[in-house]
Amino acid sequence: MPDLDAFREEARRWLTANAPASMRTPPTTPDELCWGGKKTPYPPDVKRWLAVMAERGWTAPVWPKEYGGGGLSKQEAKVLAEEMGKLRLRPALIGFGLTMIGPLLLQEGSEELKREHLPRIVRGEVRWCQGYSEPGAGSDLASLQAKAVRDGDSFVVNGQKVWTSYADKSDWMFVLVRTDFEARKQEGITFLLMDMTSPGVSVRPILLISGSSPFCETFLSDVRVPVKNVVGKINGGWAMAKALLGHERTMIADAYKERDEDERLVNLARRYLPTQPGGGIGDALLRDAITQVTMDQAALDLTLARSRDGAKAGHKPGPETSIFKYYGTELNMRRRELMVKIAGPQGLGWEGPGFDENELTVTRDWLRSRGNSIEGGTSEIQLNIIAKRVLGLPD
Amino acid sequence: MDLVLSEEQELLARTAREFVSGKSSLRRIRGLRDTRDADGFSRELWGEMAALGWLGIVIPETDGGVGLGYLDLMVVLEELGRGLMPEPMVSTVLLGAGAVLLGGSEAQRGEHLPAIAGGTRLLALAYEEARSRYRPTHVETRAEKAGGGWVLRGEKTEVLDGHVADWLIVSARSAGGADDATGITLFLVRRDTPGITIERQSRIDSRNAARVRLDDVRVDADALLGAAGEGGALLARVVDRATIGLTAEMLGSTVAAFMMTIEYLQTRVQFGVPIGSFQALKHRAAEMYVEIELARSAVMGAHRALDEGRDDAAIGRLAGLAKARCSDTFMLVAKEAVQMHGGIGMTDEHDIGFFLKRARVAEVTFGDAAYHRDRVARLGGY
Repeated sequence: MPDLDAFREEARRWLTANAPASMRTPPTTPDELCWGGKKTPYPPDVKRWLAVMAERGWTAPVWPKEYGGGGLSKQEAKVLAEEMGKLRLRPALIGFGLTMIGPLLLQEGSEELKREHLPRIVRGEVRWCQGYSEPGAGSDLASLQAKAVRDGDSFVVNGQKVWTSYADKSDWMFVLVRTDFEARKQEGITFLLMDMTSPGVSVRPILLISGSSPFCETFLSDVRVPVKNVVGKINGGWAMAKALLGHERTMIADAYKERDEDERLVNLARRYLPTQPGGGIGDALLRDAITQVTMDQAALDLTLARSRDGAKAGHKPGPETSIFKYYGTELNMRRRELMVKIAGPQGLGWEGPGFDENELTVTRDWLRSRGNSIEGGTSEIQLNIIAKRVLGLPD
Repeated sequence: MDLVLSEEQELLARTAREFVSGKSSLRRIRGLRDTRDADGFSRELWGEMAALGWLGIVIPETDGGVGLGYLDLMVVLEELGRGLMPEPMVSTVLLGAGAVLLGGSEAQRGEHLPAIAGGTRLLALAYEEARSRYRPTHVETRAEKAGGGWVLRGEKTEVLDGHVADWLIVSARSAGGADDATGITLFLVRRDTPGITIERQSRIDSRNAARVRLDDVRVDADALLGAAGEGGALLARVVDRATIGLTAEMLGSTVAAFMMTIEYLQTRVQFGVPIGSFQALKHRAAEMYVEIELARSAVMGAHRALDEGRDDAAIGRLAGLAKARCSDTFMLVAKEAVQMHGGIGMTDEHDIGFFLKRARVAEVTFGDAAYHRDRVARLGGY
């Protein structure tokens, strides 16, 4: 298609001219990427890259221009992603605004909410977090108890959220609250947008077994939220939450699909394991395990491609997002486990000396990965969904 | 090329599914087994498959075929796999026509391809030996020059459909030691050439395979398939392509066994409820579903690579990916299917056992999962 070729040419030229050189190196951790927001200071190159990309709307390539997006067709967006990949460019902006609440607002939000929030997401001015789980509502999310009582043009919210990713670094939260205590549990829930600077919001990071604190507890005490900040209908929040979980599950599978991961695995084996006379990895069992992981990754990648190509051909996306969440996380956990095993005693360090940065990352990534099959809907919940919705097995 | 079936391919799949469910059934397969049928398949059905164009899907029109692609062949093979059909697709279409397509002279193409597409010629590839353990390059059978031709001596095993093949493609060593990659030569010989003894093997899946003895078999120079001494690379390419085709058939069989099992879970009542309501079984069923979807992606990816004309190393890796995955997944599903059927699954009367037996044979055909993982690692340089 000549139009696409012209776009490809233009995109390549523009990206080459505008991307800072330091943005052409792969990040070593997700924290090096720009999540936007007012609370995190970013290096000048990161800010500049965000500014020029946001100016074109290319942080959200397919969103309509009227909301600050790039207004690109899906084909053009694919071309843009391919060109960024060829130049090994980092994304200018990532986060829940772009992947979760933005797409939901485009689909379900009022015109007022779209105009208020979408442009600020595109420009990376606001970082979003998700207030779903509660101490008493994990896998059984619909039993949540955070209470919102109507008072004039506002809801007054009281309760506690937990496992709120990066709540301490976020500016706004989309939150599920109970607005009807009499109804069946799925039918009394409302989906709200909440400003984290509102009086009554307090946040406490949770220290994980890996030593990092990506999650927080969020306490809500008489927090006033305008009624206009409801997405969807009052008491219609469960449908919004379900729509979003689909986005989250796809995102989690994609997030674990890092470039060069297979090469990293083989290089690690080269460093710590003996070598066969012919040049092969000398530990037969670990070599087979490495091959299994890389081949399973290849099969998962092909499945993601099949799902994308199917969507492009007009096939409705089904509950297969559960496959990606389930298999993507289980595979990542196997990969992390294997890396620690390859490192042997060098995979046991908590901090230096005696352990280099790479070894400490391998160890902490392994510990962190144990949560992959819990967060975003446990593996067991994913299997329940597949059994019920795809296979039609009875309750 | 996108990883999605075209409307034409969906239609082809439907046609094949109706053909398989209408013309064939597991009762027919059982009958072939129980009557110890001399052919072990139906020549009548084979003729109908030829008339539908399925035997010549990847054979160019100029050679008497249909000139479609491997993804088209894939959808047909998958449906044949659902019905566990024993007709000689793998031997004649994938291995036989595949070898002639990749290595045959003009004369050999003219002699064999139209006849294969027309359903009047059966071929078999005799390459495995007692000690080859899946490696096509392990060849102890000898080929020695004699007069203007060659003399072949040795013994081949696991020759798929060897007992009915009209022609055999034989690998033999014309130079070097048993495991050398070079020095292998392929020959196309008639089954009735003096010195050839074919003995049918009886295996658990009741499908057809044979041992072939070559006692001073004299062949002319025009029996050479490809160049003398360079058959090893050709053989690897032929086996990779056939492996990919076999995974499509395995996928279909896996899906059929899985669907039978899901239906059983929905209908079999114990403790007053369908056993499919038990979470212990639900989760295992869901895990199988995930494995099958990944297998389907690998199978499609490998067939697409053939249609895109990717290089041999890429084809080898994808053949390994698809075969390792289908071997593991078919075995997993077949074993779980028997377990979930309970006692009835252990009886010969029930059909599910046919899938377990086929899974084991298909797993080993062209190399098991461990063999292919090792090969993929070597292709990846580690």
